Amino acid sequence: MNLISLIGLPLLTAVAILLMRNPQQVKWTALIGATLQFALAFALLFTFRNERAAGNEAQMLFELQYNWFPSLHISFHLGVDGISVAMILLTAFVVIAGVLVSWNVTKMTKEFYFLLILLSFGAYGFFISLDLFILFFFLEIAVIPKYLLIGIWGSGKKENAANKLALMLMGGSALVLVGLLGVYFGSPERTFDLISLSQLHIPITVQKICFPLLFVGFGVFTALFPFHTWVPDGHSSAPTAGSMFLAGISMKLGGYGCLRVATYMMPDGAKEYANIIIVLSTIAILYGAFATMMQKDLKYINAYSSVSHCGFVLLGIGMLTKTAMTGAVMQMVSHGLMTALFFAVIGMIYERTHTRQVNEMGGLLKVMPFITTVLFIVGLCSLGLPGLSGFVAEMTILMGSWQQPDTFHRVATIAACMSIVVTAVYILRAIGQTAMGPIKAEFSNLTDAAWNEKLAAVILIAGIIAIGIAPFWLNDLVSPAADIIMHKVAGK
Amino acid sequence: MNDLLQIRVLQVLPLGWDLGWALILIPLLPLAGFLLLGLFGRKYLQRSSGILATLLLLSSTVLSLYTAYGYFFEFGKVDGIYQKIIPFQFTWLQFSPGVSIDMGVILDPISVMMLVVVSFISLMVHLYSLAYMKGEERFPTYFAFLGLFTFSMLGLVMSSNIFQMYFFWELVGVSSFLLIGYYYDRPSAVAACKKAFIVTRFADLGFLIGILVLAFYAGTLDFNTLIQRLTSTSAPEFQAAIASSFLGVSALTWALVLVFIGGAGKSAMFPLHIWLPDAMEGPTPVSALIHAATMVVAGVFLVARLFPVFSMSPPALDVVAYTGIFSALFAALIACTQTDIKRVLAYSTMSQIGFMMFALGVSGWGGENGLGFTASMFHLFTHAMFKALLFLGAGSVIHFIHSNEMKDMGGLRKYLPVTHITFLIACLAISGVPPFAGFFSKEEILLAAFNHNPAIYWTALITSGLTAFYMFRLYFSVFWNKEATVHGEHHGEGGFAMMLPLVLLAAGAAFAGFIPFGNFVSTDGKPLESAFHLQFSIAPVLLGLAGIFTAMWLYKKQNDRPASIAASLSGFYKAAYHKFYMDELYLFITKKILFNLIGRPAAWFDKNVVDGMVIGAGNTTQAISEKIKQFQSGKVQQYAIYFLAGVIGLAVLFIYIWK
Repeated sequence: MNLISLIGLPLLTAVAILLMRNPQQVKWTALIGATLQFALAFALLFTFRNERAAGNEAQMLFELQYNWFPSLHISFHLGVDGISVAMILLTAFVVIAGVLVSWNVTKMTKEFYFLLILLSFGAYGFFISLDLFILFFFLEIAVIPKYLLIGIWGSGKKENAANKLALMLMGGSALVLVGLLGVYFGSPERTFDLISLSQLHIPITVQKICFPLLFVGFGVFTALFPFHTWVPDGHSSAPTAGSMFLAGISMKLGGYGCLRVATYMMPDGAKEYANIIIVLSTIAILYGAFATMMQKDLKYINAYSSVSHCGFVLLGIGMLTKTAMTGAVMQMVSHGLMTALFFAVIGMIYERTHTRQVNEMGGLLKVMPFITTVLFIVGLCSLGLPGLSGFVAEMTILMGSWQQPDTFHRVATIAACMSIVVTAVYILRAIGQTAMGPIKAEFSNLTDAAWNEKLAAVILIAGIIAIGIAPFWLNDLVSPAADIIMHKVAGK
Repeated sequence: MNDLLQIRVLQVLPLGWDLGWALILIPLLPLAGFLLLGLFGRKYLQRSSGILATLLLLSSTVLSLYTAYGYFFEFGKVDGIYQKIIPFQFTWLQFSPGVSIDMGVILDPISVMMLVVVSFISLMVHLYSLAYMKGEERFPTYFAFLGLFTFSMLGLVMSSNIFQMYFFWELVGVSSFLLIGYYYDRPSAVAACKKAFIVTRFADLGFLIGILVLAFYAGTLDFNTLIQRLTSTSAPEFQAAIASSFLGVSALTWALVLVFIGGAGKSAMFPLHIWLPDAMEGPTPVSALIHAATMVVAGVFLVARLFPVFSMSPPALDVVAYTGIFSALFAALIACTQTDIKRVLAYSTMSQIGFMMFALGVSGWGGENGLGFTASMFHLFTHAMFKALLFLGAGSVIHFIHSNEMKDMGGLRKYLPVTHITFLIACLAISGVPPFAGFFSKEEILLAAFNHNPAIYWTALITSGLTAFYMFRLYFSVFWNKEATVHGEHHGEGGFAMMLPLVLLAAGAAFAGFIPFGNFVSTDGKPLESAFHLQFSIAPVLLGLAGIFTAMWLYKKQNDRPASIAASLSGFYKAAYHKFYMDELYLFITKKILFNLIGRPAAWFDKNVVDGMVIGAGNTTQAISEKIKQFQSGKVQQYAIYFLAGVIGLAVLFIYIWK
């Protein structure tokens, strides 16, 4: 399979959107493009599995390499392993759902869809890049549309939120860039190639400086404590699809970067700073959960809960065991699907009730059975109900964390475990106040979900359940790749 | 994927027992009901959903009985010992070599017994609900949730892997949540379902950490392997678990106590019982199924499943025993003062589960020592019959009188003859009057306690007297006493669908005691001859009769004796009436400590300090830039330039250092 198609397709779709004349054409073009992406992602999954089943044990499959800028040692190097495939699948799910829920966007429809598709282009590119330079290029492509999506189509204090988000994400990318340059100049050989760099032994002094730069830089994207404050404001001001992309895709760019770039390339740095990562992520898990408990706005609830759930991703990475790392990737996929669905359903509720304050709602189960059922499912996934994806991911991380037998790791693991109780508290509070209880008179005539909303929800729920009841396929996909990273860390 | 899905057949079973299919269908039929009714119920199956769900469950029950017959009488016993058979198992999620969640089925005496109990009681409840819930708007949803619950509970009892059990354990919790919150527009039901879920979740935290510890030492999550490794004193796993200790207690004991906390949460043991009385907000048949006969005994089942390991750690067994006996007495005292009939039954459930728990706690391993184990399982079995019957009977009463309060009832024996007789049988059974079922199981429990720990024995004896008292207080207040005002036309007892379960369960409550239970269920799989001691039975039976006659004296006819006794015991009575202020204590902990001392500061800190720093950083940059460069700030592009400048600066630095 040619990986160029993965970035070519969204690019073509984006161009096609620009050529369309009316919103109707734009929407259908975007939907067709997203559907093709979806199909392509599955095609990638199946060809990948077939290759592996046929005994192709290469670390990266479907590699492509063009010498792009030989004088600066930049090459256009693409390739995927199980982790990338998982992230690409996640992106495809979120993109199609995001396009579907935005069906009623009337303001500058063409530009809106163009930016959405452009963002997916950046994300796919990021997940398949094996050259640090182009990886960074795609990262930036995925960031910039965010600013416009919030600034133009957002709500509330959108300019402020857009600025804060752009500032912090740009700050994160700047750290990444500095770290990458540090690696480039610090490694024994001048190259931007990720695979070659991982095989060269980057001097420990360079790792000690560059690892934190890269980890924090990517960490900003994935709500590393205390650089998470863009999350609540950014999400609450973003349009529905914007929030979905932000939480479902952008936050995963960071997690993937922490894993693939920082940890894989600089395993000694990872070992050096692992304990700090664990402390910060444990704080994020508990602190995010407790902060969520006090929120009244549904978007803030999901945003803070994302801080908590993404803390699990970083915890899984920081634990430096194969199981926990596999769990971290699973958690990224799971959280991406779940949070996209959560934001989608919040958007659906908001469009009807014109409020996101949980104490102003109540009894919505009576008038919108479909939407509230989705809310129940996503809430239960968030609190880790077995049969849904969150359980699988978090349990894998916890099992992996417990493999570290010293007291420090034990305390962190138990603290992380405790969040499952706090999560239950805030999720049930939110659901109880929104969906249950007596219904207010002004809401008694609301309608249930439309076809596009139902389809978006069903697609995301299918993903959540597919992981929840049959996690072995995701585990098979991710765990060999995590094993390779762990081998590096173990110094073999 | 394909190689993982392959089913590992561990034992070829005798001809005629195509067990794989039968077993797999037992939980899957209710699941199919859940999916079918959940997805299409509202639109297409509004009327027929109940019948459909009941038929599916009937098939499940038949298959369970078939399995039980096969296991106990045909293939389960090899050389006089009941075997643990794993007909199949597949790897669901591999964590590390040897440690994986496997989904499988285990057949041993306790799981087979539970299969029968769960599917039979669930069938009775389905049948009863056909009439009881008739005309409800969310009729299909109700049956869908019942299906989900039954699926999860059956999955739980069949689990061959401890994490598989946790999986179904949580599913059971959520189905209980959905069913308690069935009347979602009542604020009290919403509060109750949240409370039930959160309290049990808190307990599950213990279970989860316990699993982590057990898995770490045993190096496996599979029940059989785990038990094998942690019960043989020569195994390195066992020695490691005994050798390492924390706060002077061995890791093994810690793990077991943590697991027990999970069990105590589900089984409503003190102090995690506070959700159970509130759970009565759910429809009454649900209370019969979940909060009396099946889900609440999951904790007992969990301890029983891990019993071989528990028996290696006397301190852990003591925790089980003392928690059990304390809960039994505590709940019995509260039950004597409650006026809501469902709440009386809820506390009675808690008390009876306390009996099962301490029976396990006083039990040992093997032969005669294992009497407590057998007795506990026996009591679980008989209790499921008579407690489900009591709840369904209460349902008939509530259905008839439209109130849960005893003060609105009285003299109902004339209107509800079948309910009256069956309720009386259940009351006699739970009070331990021979020859009803409860007599036999409770005798065994008392005997086991007597052999092991006199303090527990005497407390249990007093509690069983109290049990007889509060049950007959309930019985006389509802069916005798004053004449209740019955409004105009009443719809009798609700017809055949409601009567049949009552009669069948009453038959169980009356005769289940004659089953030679020790022949089937024992610690080591060998038949346990339970000797019957006449002189030993005298004390409990007399105490039970004393309780009954006291209740009769106080409540058979309307009089002011109960009020004056309550007044003379004023302080104690008030404390018991207010459930010893446990709810208030919890409210204080959650509201004042969790929300105000942790949640609120965290949210404030985030908004003002962490975010404040970000805004401060932004503002500082802005201020500096304005001062130095007189720029018109506020544009992100300019910040980008600053970053770029910084980047270039650092890049230069790097080049300088490493070039």
